[in-house]
Amino acid sequence: MCRLSAITASEYTSVMEAIMALDTMKEGHDGSGLGVTLHDLGGEFEQLKEYPILSGIATDEGKRILDDYMESQRFSVKFRWEPQITEVPGSEVTKRGHYLVVAYQYPEEYRDKPQEEKEALLTRTRLALRAAGEQAEKLYVFSFWPDVITLKEVGDPLQVGEFFGFDTKPLLARTTLAQGRQNTNYAIYLYACHPFFLQGYCTMTNGENTAFVPNRDYLLSRGFPGYTGYNSDSEVFCHTMHFINQRLGYPMHYFKDVITPLKDAEITQRPEGNALLLMKRSLRQLCIDGPNCIIGFMPDGTVFMTQDSKKLRPGIIGGVPGKYALMSEECGVDQVLPERNKDNDIIPMRYDFVTIAPGAQEVKVWNQLAG
Amino acid sequence: MESAGRLDHNSELTLLEFPYIIHWREDRCTRCGKCTAVCPTKAIEPSAMVQRIVHSDGATPLPATIRRVSHVIRQVRDIDRHCVGCGTCSLVCPNMAIVPEYNPNHKFLFHKNRGGVPYKRGGRRNDPATSTIDKLKFTRISMLTDPALDAGRHEFHIRTLMGRIPQAESLQMRVDGNRLHLADDAFIPPVREIFPIRIGGMSIGALSPPMWEGLAMGVAYLNEVENIPVVMCSGEGGLPPRLLKSRYLKYFIPQIASGYFGWDEIIHALPEMIEDPAAIEIKYGQGAKPGDGGLLMAYKVLKLIAKIRGVPMYVDLASPPTHQTKYSIEEAVAKMIQSVSMAWGFRVPVYPKISGTKTALAVLNNLARNPYAAALTIDGEDGATGAAYNVSMDKMGHPIASNLRDCYLELVKQGKQNELPLFAAGGVGKEGHLAANAAALIMLGASGVDIGKYIMQAAADCFGDEKNRCNLCNLGKCPRGITTQDPRLYRRLDADHVAERVVDVFKTAEVELKKIFAPLGRSTQLPIGMSDALAVSDPAIAERLKISYVC
Repeated sequence: MCRLSAITASEYTSVMEAIMALDTMKEGHDGSGLGVTLHDLGGEFEQLKEYPILSGIATDEGKRILDDYMESQRFSVKFRWEPQITEVPGSEVTKRGHYLVVAYQYPEEYRDKPQEEKEALLTRTRLALRAAGEQAEKLYVFSFWPDVITLKEVGDPLQVGEFFGFDTKPLLARTTLAQGRQNTNYAIYLYACHPFFLQGYCTMTNGENTAFVPNRDYLLSRGFPGYTGYNSDSEVFCHTMHFINQRLGYPMHYFKDVITPLKDAEITQRPEGNALLLMKRSLRQLCIDGPNCIIGFMPDGTVFMTQDSKKLRPGIIGGVPGKYALMSEECGVDQVLPERNKDNDIIPMRYDFVTIAPGAQEVKVWNQLAG
Repeated sequence: MESAGRLDHNSELTLLEFPYIIHWREDRCTRCGKCTAVCPTKAIEPSAMVQRIVHSDGATPLPATIRRVSHVIRQVRDIDRHCVGCGTCSLVCPNMAIVPEYNPNHKFLFHKNRGGVPYKRGGRRNDPATSTIDKLKFTRISMLTDPALDAGRHEFHIRTLMGRIPQAESLQMRVDGNRLHLADDAFIPPVREIFPIRIGGMSIGALSPPMWEGLAMGVAYLNEVENIPVVMCSGEGGLPPRLLKSRYLKYFIPQIASGYFGWDEIIHALPEMIEDPAAIEIKYGQGAKPGDGGLLMAYKVLKLIAKIRGVPMYVDLASPPTHQTKYSIEEAVAKMIQSVSMAWGFRVPVYPKISGTKTALAVLNNLARNPYAAALTIDGEDGATGAAYNVSMDKMGHPIASNLRDCYLELVKQGKQNELPLFAAGGVGKEGHLAANAAALIMLGASGVDIGKYIMQAAADCFGDEKNRCNLCNLGKCPRGITTQDPRLYRRLDADHVAERVVDVFKTAEVELKKIFAPLGRSTQLPIGMSDALAVSDPAIAERLKISYVC
């Protein structure tokens, strides 16, 4: 079982905090990989919030492919960040190639275009680069979006963190999602590693999704180019949230109603029962049966946690106004926020959808039964 | 002196040409005559035989040969009175003295065309080989990484939707505050939530009164008492007038077929209906006899049947192979769906049923573009019928598995897999694995399945099988009383017993479906299209159905 570690705060925090929390949950993952996605960046990126940042890994040839393509699309490099790679003796983390975190300036003709067109361009570019570099694993592109960085590598999370030099030169962000990977039934493949990101939506998941194939087939057939990949059965959660919130325009808590719909008799108790019943039927291919604990963030920076409705994976939220941790296990929260009042910790149950708005001032628990 | 021709009997058939050979034991037979009385084809008859026996009387053995005439049961060697292997003789025999045995070397079809009349029968395709759907196994078992559900403890929702389900993108929703609301004037197509196994179309007329009544009672009981929403299709031939006006109509799917039998009565009953039917099925084809129309023989058209169908008594009721008033798919499908929908104020799902065919995709694409089409039922080659030419049943038609799969994957390609439910029929439960066959078809993409032959076998002990056993449905001589209008035969069948067995079947199927879905980790929604759960040990089937190959 994987372990999840997310921190949302009003101030910038080091990525290493989330990784240290993962380390306390070490018994729960086999250390076969680490993935982190950071949103609302600080440090060197604080002044670059409007510029899309490409995150990925490339071989020399992959880097050439990337540079040639970006040049051909008239993207220009605004800022290039490189991790301070530290290959610790005894560490099992091996350098794969160039770890890319590059902020680009939009092509000139796009700079005044509406946000929607810019977003479509970024997605198109990421997918084109992924397609160009996927063969022989020359180039991985995990995200290409303003104010977002994603890094992934195989190995023990703490060792990977040290490998990236985060202990001495950390990345800073207001929202950090980190996942310690338990390599179970799939070969280690970086595109299969959480967190998954699409157009400002990001999720990471603990557990397996038994409804993966119907979920995937439904998303694939929506005609939206970003719904692709699916090297992991958890990637559908990110895309489902994107679909219902971005494509359909539903408020985010309906994600819970889509993945774990209420029984019809319960639905009629909700004020919007009629609409909900139709929604349940029309989106039944996105329903899941768990076991899954899902943690993610939205384009506006709102962080959420929710569970499947039957089996439930471990998940806990604790913190103080200004900083909250959303973790698989309590020891992870203890690591990040030892001084908090534990009585206020929240363990989301089957009907709960928990959100923390940007600024991390309070935790809201939305109950599906009550609506 | 007799001629050589007479001596060698060369113009006659030997018993070895016959599909079933009667094994009669003289030592057990009491000559009660029950077997010859019940034989539906008169394949056995009392006869006399000269026997040579060695006999000894007295205190010490003194064997002597004597000849005597004895009464025997003899199998007739007339091809038109062939033993069908039904076994009714053995059922009534008080001493277990008689039983028919299948003869795998028979040459029945070489001879069953006397007078230039092709062989006609009921039943399903005579192919006892394991069908594709029975070869599929469920191999994605949840183990440790995703714990299985507990069929006994967790709540399972084994239901499906019948009706056009609007695409999420087209739902007329507005966001008010933080809540979704449905636009006031939004048209919502009628959708029924039902059990994913339906009873397929078998008409009153084809079925005897106690059989049809038993099915109907069973269905009503399942809905009202067991809370298992099973629906049943009427077949072509209407519904009893009292049922049309009763609250039970909601459990039935009246079928409209090319003969329109019964529809005058149905339409006239519309103002008095207090419930809408579950759906309306427009039958364009039948898997057992694709391209063939229906036929109810004159001797089955008794008073009740004539009344329900709105026809004179004792006339052959032939339904044409196609709907004669329609000349194109747009006519046949779109206009009919719309006009039937209109009759019920667009409150009832209306869908077509076609036989499995290579052209199913063309029909599907037409339906996908028709917003009033509520579903599509595809009936595969292993479906059964009450009467058809043997050649149609054995050699015409398309297996259901690949036909269904192609249609589902086409819908996936169009993003309409949730919009237009597919129902699969034809051979479901052929080897008795009802729940497993239904689950396999659901995972290939069906929203539900239809059964016909299976329920006759399970609920009324129909003798028929894929070795041409019995299959007399077309002659009105059903020895079980299932497919006959002869009161002497159908009084053998107890409607209450049929209803009880219908309830048994569906309750069992629900439990077995749970036992299949639980280890796959699914319980909230039917795992429609969850093809990763399926596998087969035949690489060609795996490739064709796009599922995994295992060995």
